Amino acid sequence: MPVLASLLCGFIFGSGLVISRMVQTTKVLGFLDVFGIPSGTWDPSLIVVMAAGLVVAGIGFALIRPRTPIFAPQSLWPSATDIDRPLITGAALFGIGWGLVGLCPGPAIADLATLSPGVFVFVIAMAIGMAAHDLWQARGARPIEQKLATAADG
Amino acid sequence: MANFTPVSAAIGGALIGLAAVLLMLFTGRIAGISGIAGGLFNPRTDDRLWRLAFIAGLIAAPLAAALLGHPVPMPQMPGSMITIAAAGLLVGFGTRLGNGCTSGHGICGIARLSPRSIVATVVFMVAAIIVVALTHHVIGG
Repeated sequence: MPVLASLLCGFIFGSGLVISRMVQTTKVLGFLDVFGIPSGTWDPSLIVVMAAGLVVAGIGFALIRPRTPIFAPQSLWPSATDIDRPLITGAALFGIGWGLVGLCPGPAIADLATLSPGVFVFVIAMAIGMAAHDLWQARGARPIEQKLATAADG
Repeated sequence: MANFTPVSAAIGGALIGLAAVLLMLFTGRIAGISGIAGGLFNPRTDDRLWRLAFIAGLIAAPLAAALLGHPVPMPQMPGSMITIAAAGLLVGFGTRLGNGCTSGHGICGIARLSPRSIVATVVFMVAAIIVVALTHHVIGG
């Protein structure tokens, strides 16, 4: 059942990306291109996607926060609170990659369905980047189990 | 703002938020795509099945849209495969180092009012805006 529930949630998430057209790099880049504000070509759709998602998730999380999950013994709410260097560096590196192509992880994976060769290259490189990070971390001092236990912030 | 599509953006965004709430309600997990996908590539992960199921659902959505007569066109990508690969590496490494992406920090984290996620979202947004300004207007433009 938890696997079916995950499948359903992935499908709803993907439907949201498709309907909002965030699977299109042009929509994302149209938002990120702030030079479009004075020239009138700016596309603020991404802000609306985030705002709608935040309203639903904000209210929903507040309602279910005290509950035990239906198919799991406990909720894995992220516990980290400190704003540290890995957070900032990681977010900056991610932002650079996002701006170069206009794909973040969710839309990139959903776009595999279009069989675009460029998307396959992007997702394979993304997987290598993720694995490389974990290999690098495993050699260092930071305990990776602890990171995975909180399921990451995202 | 000829390209602005507020209605579809609001419906789609609400569905993304709903998916995040349902995943937490059902499985107690945060719907962060980089966290879900990243766990697949860690040899110490022992919970690959639900991660794969979520990703299968994610890919099934555009396929379902195609079956309903609304195929998702191939996204426009940069001409250089080297740029694409470099961007993919940066997104993969960066999201794991920063513990989240647009979904985990941008939606789930900010919805929890997490200061970490608010800071991360501002940082990746600003970084992406600078890169787009440079590549579209300074170097390429």
